[in-house]
Amino acid sequence: MNDISANNTSGTGQIIPLDSTSGATAYKESFGNSGVIVTQLDNLFNWSRLSSLFPMTFGLACCAIEFMSTGSTPYDMDRFGMAPRSSPRQSDVMIIAGTVTFKMADRIRRLYEQMAEPRYVISMGSCANCGGPYWQHGYHVVKGVDRIIPVDVYVPGCPPRPEALIGGILKLHEKIRGESILNA
Amino acid sequence: MPDMEVDKVIAFAAERQISLKKAEGISIPPTLVVDAKDLVVVCESLHRDKAFYFDQLSCVTGLDNGPEAGTMEVIYHLYSIPYNQSLGLKVILPRDAASFDSLCGIWKSANWMEREVFDMYGVLFNHHPDLRRILMPADWEGHPLRKDYLQQETYREIKVSS
Repeated sequence: MNDISANNTSGTGQIIPLDSTSGATAYKESFGNSGVIVTQLDNLFNWSRLSSLFPMTFGLACCAIEFMSTGSTPYDMDRFGMAPRSSPRQSDVMIIAGTVTFKMADRIRRLYEQMAEPRYVISMGSCANCGGPYWQHGYHVVKGVDRIIPVDVYVPGCPPRPEALIGGILKLHEKIRGESILNA
Repeated sequence: MPDMEVDKVIAFAAERQISLKKAEGISIPPTLVVDAKDLVVVCESLHRDKAFYFDQLSCVTGLDNGPEAGTMEVIYHLYSIPYNQSLGLKVILPRDAASFDSLCGIWKSANWMEREVFDMYGVLFNHHPDLRRILMPADWEGHPLRKDYLQQETYREIKVSS
């Protein structure tokens, strides 16, 4: 069996917490050279889901520049296991980065429907959250992407800095950590 | 283009029994008001004549003066690359029947720009090869930059207003 605990080195019946930050009750006990892990199925599922959230390569306006920046070396989205995918069918999370126009609304809805479950949506920036500067006179802008698809995390800012987007991603991690297959 | 050159254009048009007059106020580039029915003839001459050679249509823009004034304007910005000179041509139209001939036959670039004016103001360009909306969705209602524009309630079951 593969060893999924990063900090296991001894392997002599030592008990090492798998995930101390979430308060999970997962412990690893190794027998000889092979490892056996006892954990809750929910924890395993959630841990694997949140550790490899593939975002869809998808930008609508200037927020997309910050999104690209988040993927670049200084911020390094890859450390969360996030590699942008070009197909909705291979993606887990859709980051709505920019202004959602009515012309784009149908396309967004279709892309969302093409994503396999479990799927998540991060609304990035004021335009996607609520229409932003187009709130009053923007006849062409959907006043919030949540009028089309369900949103898990809203990231405020115009545009949000990469740190803010990473904050949103970590919020999504928290949300996934609390999920259970029983009430999914 | 200095004023002297504008006078040259006015004289040039007068030879062809077409009257042009300077637009009111200061306009950059200098702008002439043309009758809608004369526009194609004037533009064709300005495009072909060796003295002007306006070989580029830089910009087409619309303007709605509102229901009280009852007029609409379409402004063409011409540019002559060899002479490095610009000229504006303004067409004033009645608001309720805004339609005149397209300039696509003279400048190909008029195609998309006139489509935009149609999309935003509802001005109809006769003999346009492809007069569809260019920015708004094809099934959108109304022309958003008209002064009396009212937003539709919903678009494909999405609430439009804030």
